[in-house]
Amino acid sequence: METLMAYVVGLLFTASIYMMLRRSIVKLVIGLIILSNAANLLIFVVAGLTRGAPPLIPDGASEVVGAVADPLPQALILTAIVIAFSVLAFAVVLIRRAYEVVGTDDLDKMKDTDT
Amino acid sequence: MNPELVLPILIPLTAGALSLAFWRSIKLQRILAVIATGLLLAAGIWLMHSTIEQGFLVVEMGSWPAPFSIVLVSDVLGAIMIVLTGIIGLAIAIYSLASTPKGHEKFGYYPLMHLLLAGVAGAFLTGDIFNLFVWFEVMLLASFALLTLGGERAQMEGAIKYVTLNLFSSAIFLSAVGLLYGMVGTLNMADIAQKLNSVEDPGMVTVVSLMFMVSFGIKAAAFPLFFWLPASYHTPQVAVSALFAGLLTKVGVYALYRVFTLIFTQDVAYTHTILLWAAALTMLTGVLGAAAQFEFRRILSFHIVSQIGYMLLGLALFTPLALIGGVFYIMHHIIVKTNLFLVSGITYRLLGSYELKNLGGVYRQRPYLALLFLIPALSLAGIPPLSGFFAKFIVVKASLEASEYVISAIALLVGLLTLYSMIKIWAEVFWKKVPDHVTDVGRLNGEIKNTHNWAYYVPVVGLAACTLIIGLYGQPIYVLAETAADQLMNPQLYIEAVLGGTPK
Repeated sequence: METLMAYVVGLLFTASIYMMLRRSIVKLVIGLIILSNAANLLIFVVAGLTRGAPPLIPDGASEVVGAVADPLPQALILTAIVIAFSVLAFAVVLIRRAYEVVGTDDLDKMKDTDT
Repeated sequence: MNPELVLPILIPLTAGALSLAFWRSIKLQRILAVIATGLLLAAGIWLMHSTIEQGFLVVEMGSWPAPFSIVLVSDVLGAIMIVLTGIIGLAIAIYSLASTPKGHEKFGYYPLMHLLLAGVAGAFLTGDIFNLFVWFEVMLLASFALLTLGGERAQMEGAIKYVTLNLFSSAIFLSAVGLLYGMVGTLNMADIAQKLNSVEDPGMVTVVSLMFMVSFGIKAAAFPLFFWLPASYHTPQVAVSALFAGLLTKVGVYALYRVFTLIFTQDVAYTHTILLWAAALTMLTGVLGAAAQFEFRRILSFHIVSQIGYMLLGLALFTPLALIGGVFYIMHHIIVKTNLFLVSGITYRLLGSYELKNLGGVYRQRPYLALLFLIPALSLAGIPPLSGFFAKFIVVKASLEASEYVISAIALLVGLLTLYSMIKIWAEVFWKKVPDHVTDVGRLNGEIKNTHNWAYYVPVVGLAACTLIIGLYGQPIYVLAETAADQLMNPQLYIEAVLGGTPK
């Protein structure tokens, strides 16, 4: 399962970078969305996947019994998803405004501030 | 319990929330901005005082013991950065009173400024690597909004590059944190540092360390990842430019300092050699880029890049003297660079342009302003007895002691080229006559009365005074940098202070 997920993470990173290298700013934002998902999935997988063992302490015991899933990566992902959501919401508004102001969605035509 | 450790984060956050509550009353927001940044500076000085007394300050959030809770840690470097944040925050708040357009103030300029300061302060004080990511995002989101406030074409174009590169860097940072957690199973930086030494696969540690280097390198605008900075920093209104120039890239530099002295010191010969050459090329490309520019703020933006190189050089050489130089350089640079941007804002107000070809004659009409420009400009170039000379001197001396002669030569050459750029600005903006095609000179000649002049000049004079103090009365500052560098060179102290639970 971990090996499969590793390939999925790799695939997501590849797809996102491909999209970000396109000239259209819409595709750029799609690339950013996939990128944040790839990073989240990476965190989830990298700490190891444990099935069917929630980190709950049984009645009467003072600590968990046996191997349980690590709850921390899930907490991290939750934080990261919220952050990515807000940042991407901003990015979507930004490209819309940029399209309105500049009048193109072609990154190659947005070079006024570069040189 | 050390309240002074929490205050630098709490004050701007509260001020931001209050500013939102007073959304309709711009006047209250303006008063609040000055008071809150003043309090931030006061809290920073308090923090500095107790940090020097006690060595390290540690607060465990929620009173959970150290490796499990999020800790706030302050060592001397962190305290220095907080004091600088306070100084720059106060200067920008006063300057904004006059320079910020009404429309920007109505759309939440002050709440965003407070939020940005909170993010910066949090990044300087946290002792938890994931928490550092969160503070970075707080800071970034505020900076995105500040950068696009106004919504002009150039701002939109600059913002797309700024936002994309910074989000990309955040994604790398997040992935690196995930991989690190997978290896050591902890997020507390002190705990990570301790456990990394017993990881079975040191090659993997180096890979992760390079991911951190790339991520923070983008945020610090190091070579070859700096191009978002000169494309965006000259687009927003000037107070925002100055705030970004002073603080944002330095957060990236601070993160590099923290991570590559505390956590990734296993393979110094490999990682720090990459940093060394990145530093040299950062200096060189930045200064050459500046030489090709003829717009006030673009020149200054490229100089941010080249100066970042000196700070990285201090870290890359990784000797006690080099770290002293690096820390000293950060202190000097934040103040000087912000000041130069503020001066560019004043000349913009006088003549209505940032293009050198549309500027001129300022020396004739405003000799005192020319002097106020010369202090930070010469300091940036490293002319004694100003602060920049000592900062460069220490870094170059350290590189000579480490027998890196090529690097020293580059550092000295870059200093010379910096002087060239500053002289270019001096000659074009201050020395030459007002060009004939410029007709709008009423403000320059004093025919149109300038309102709120004091708010423009107080921060510039104050920051110039700081530059002079660092230059002329440098011994205490040097001792401060020495203590900071000493703590950075001995990460064991940091680890003990955090995991031991009691301030040492």
